Amino acid sequence: MRIAVCVKHVPEGTVRIDPGSKRLDRSGEGALNHFDANAVEEALRLKGDSDTEVVVVSLGPDKAIDSLRKALAMGADRAVLVSDEAAAGSDLVATSRVLAAALEREDAELVLFGQQASDADGAVLWAAVAERLQLPVVSQAMELSLGDGSLRTRRQTEFGYDVIEAPLPAVVAVSDAINEPRYPSLKGIMGAKKKPQEVLTLSELGLDPSTTGEAGSRTSVIALGEPPARGDARKIEGDGSAAQAIVDFLAEKRLV
Amino acid sequence: MSSGSATLVFLEHRGAEIQKGSLGVLSRAAALGDPEVAAVLVGDAARALAHEAGAFGAAKVYVCEDEAVQQPLPQPRVDVLAQVVSDGGYDTVFFANSVLAADVAAGLAARLDAGLNWDLADVERRDGELVGKRPALGDSVYVDVGWTSRPRLALFRAGSFDAVAGAGGEPEVVEVSPSFAEHSRGSRIVEQQVEESSGPSVEDADIIVAGGRGLGAAENFTLAEELAKALGGAVGATRAVVDAGWYPYSSQIGQTGKTVSPKLYVALGISGAIQHKVGMQSSNVIVAINKDANAPIFEFSDLGVVGDVHEIVPRLTELIRERRG
Repeated sequence: MRIAVCVKHVPEGTVRIDPGSKRLDRSGEGALNHFDANAVEEALRLKGDSDTEVVVVSLGPDKAIDSLRKALAMGADRAVLVSDEAAAGSDLVATSRVLAAALEREDAELVLFGQQASDADGAVLWAAVAERLQLPVVSQAMELSLGDGSLRTRRQTEFGYDVIEAPLPAVVAVSDAINEPRYPSLKGIMGAKKKPQEVLTLSELGLDPSTTGEAGSRTSVIALGEPPARGDARKIEGDGSAAQAIVDFLAEKRLV
Repeated sequence: MSSGSATLVFLEHRGAEIQKGSLGVLSRAAALGDPEVAAVLVGDAARALAHEAGAFGAAKVYVCEDEAVQQPLPQPRVDVLAQVVSDGGYDTVFFANSVLAADVAAGLAARLDAGLNWDLADVERRDGELVGKRPALGDSVYVDVGWTSRPRLALFRAGSFDAVAGAGGEPEVVEVSPSFAEHSRGSRIVEQQVEESSGPSVEDADIIVAGGRGLGAAENFTLAEELAKALGGAVGATRAVVDAGWYPYSSQIGQTGKTVSPKLYVALGISGAIQHKVGMQSSNVIVAINKDANAPIFEFSDLGVVGDVHEIVPRLTELIRERRG
C-alpha cells in the first residue's frame, strides 16, 4: 500500500509578516513543521517492515525540499514538492486544490496530516483536501491502526474521546500526542539524498495557475495592526502579603 | 460589492444544549444588522432547540435530524450546509471554533470554493464590507482579513463573543433533507468515552482556576479545587498535567483542549507556553502565580505574582472564604 503524508516547510525562529506583501516572510531559514513530524512518524510506524511506500508531499518554495529531505531522512521513501511561483499566497481553497491534485497522482490508501501548521496556526487543511478528494476524514487522531480496507482511530474532542472507523482510502490528521517523532540517523540523512525527489509545477499537475496563488484564493489580507493592549499589568514579589495583594486586586476589579 | 444580505450561523449542540460559543457567534451576527440572520441545527433533537436559536437572533432556523447526522461527524454536516446555502442564497456563514466545526467549515469551503478565514477574534462592517480580525503570530499582530468572493465563511475563536438573548421572536423552522455524498457517510463513531468533570464546566464558568506542572503533584490539584470553590469557579488544567494523568482531559485548556474567556483566569504554576496561551489569553482578567520570574505567563497577566503556589494559594483561599463570609 501507499501512505502519503502532507508536510509544510515553515519559517524557523521568529516569524514575521512582510508588510509589503502582507504574507509570512519566508525568505529566511525554514524547517519541517514539527507537528508534521508526528504524521511522518505515524506513517513510518504503520509501515513497519512492510513494503508500504511512504511518500511525503508538500506545496512550497524550492527550499521546502529541505523539509522533505528531513522526512526522507526519518525514513520516508519518496518526496514530491509542488513548487511554482504562481502558487505563492494560496489560501485554504487554493492550497487544498493544489495538494488534492498532487495527491490524486499518488492514489494513496491513507493520507496523513499533522495537527496544525506552526507558522500560520492553520488547523483546517485536511478537511478541505478530503472534500476535494471525496474521502472520509478524521482529525485529532491519538491512536491509529489499519485493518482490512479500513482504519480505526481514537480521537480527542472537547468532551472526551471518540473511537472512529472509516473505510480506506481516507484522510487522517494526527494529534501531536500520537507519538514521539524519531530523529533522523546519520545513515538516514546520508541515504535521503539518494531517494527519489520530484519537483512539480502547476502545469505538470494539470492545474490552471489562475486557480491557485492569490488569483485562486477567496480570502485576502487587508491590513496589519497592533493587538489590543492589556491595560495596566502589574507584577509583584510573592512575600508574606502576596495573598492579600491578590485579594485587593480582585476586589478592585470587582471579582470578589 | 454591496453590504451583506443574509448570514447563516452553524450552531453546534450536545444533548439538549446549544454550545455557548455558537450562541455567542449568533448574537454577534444578529448585532451586525444583516437583514436576514438564520441558523442551522444539525443532529439528534435539533428541532427542539430551534426556539432557543430564535431567542438569540435567528429569524429562521434550518433543522436536520436525518439518520446520517446523528453522530457528531463533520462531513454529513457539509452536505446539510451546502444545501442550505444554495437553497437560501446565504452569502455569509459563521462558525464557532470546535473540533467538529473547524472540519465542517473547511469541508464546506472546498465544496463551495468559498473563502474561509479562521481563528477570528472579531468581525466588523467597514464601508459595507465584512472585515475579520485575526490575531496572528502568537497574538503579536492583528490581521484584518477579507473575502474576495461569496459565500464568505468565518470560523471564530471559541469564547470570542458573549451569548446575548435578544427580543427575537419564534423563528420560522425549515426542515432540510439533503442528499448525502458517499464519502460523507464513510466514517462512524463506534465508541464514545465522555469525560465528565465535577463542578461547573470550564466553558461556562465565569471564573477559572487552572493548574500546571508547577503544582508539583496530582494531589496538589486540591489547591486549585479549593480556590475554585471559594471563588465559585471551575478548575482547568494544562496539557502537560493532563498528559501526566493529574487531571482529566475535559478540563484541558489550550490548543488541543478548550478555549475559554472567563471574567477571571487564575493560573497556578503555569509557565504560559503558547499551546496554553491560545486557549485562555482572551480572558478578561488574568492572575498568575509562578515561582519562575521569567515565565512567559507574566507577559500577558494583569497581575503576576512571583512566588510559591503552595504557600500563597492556601492563604488566598482562606482570605476569599473570609471575605465571602
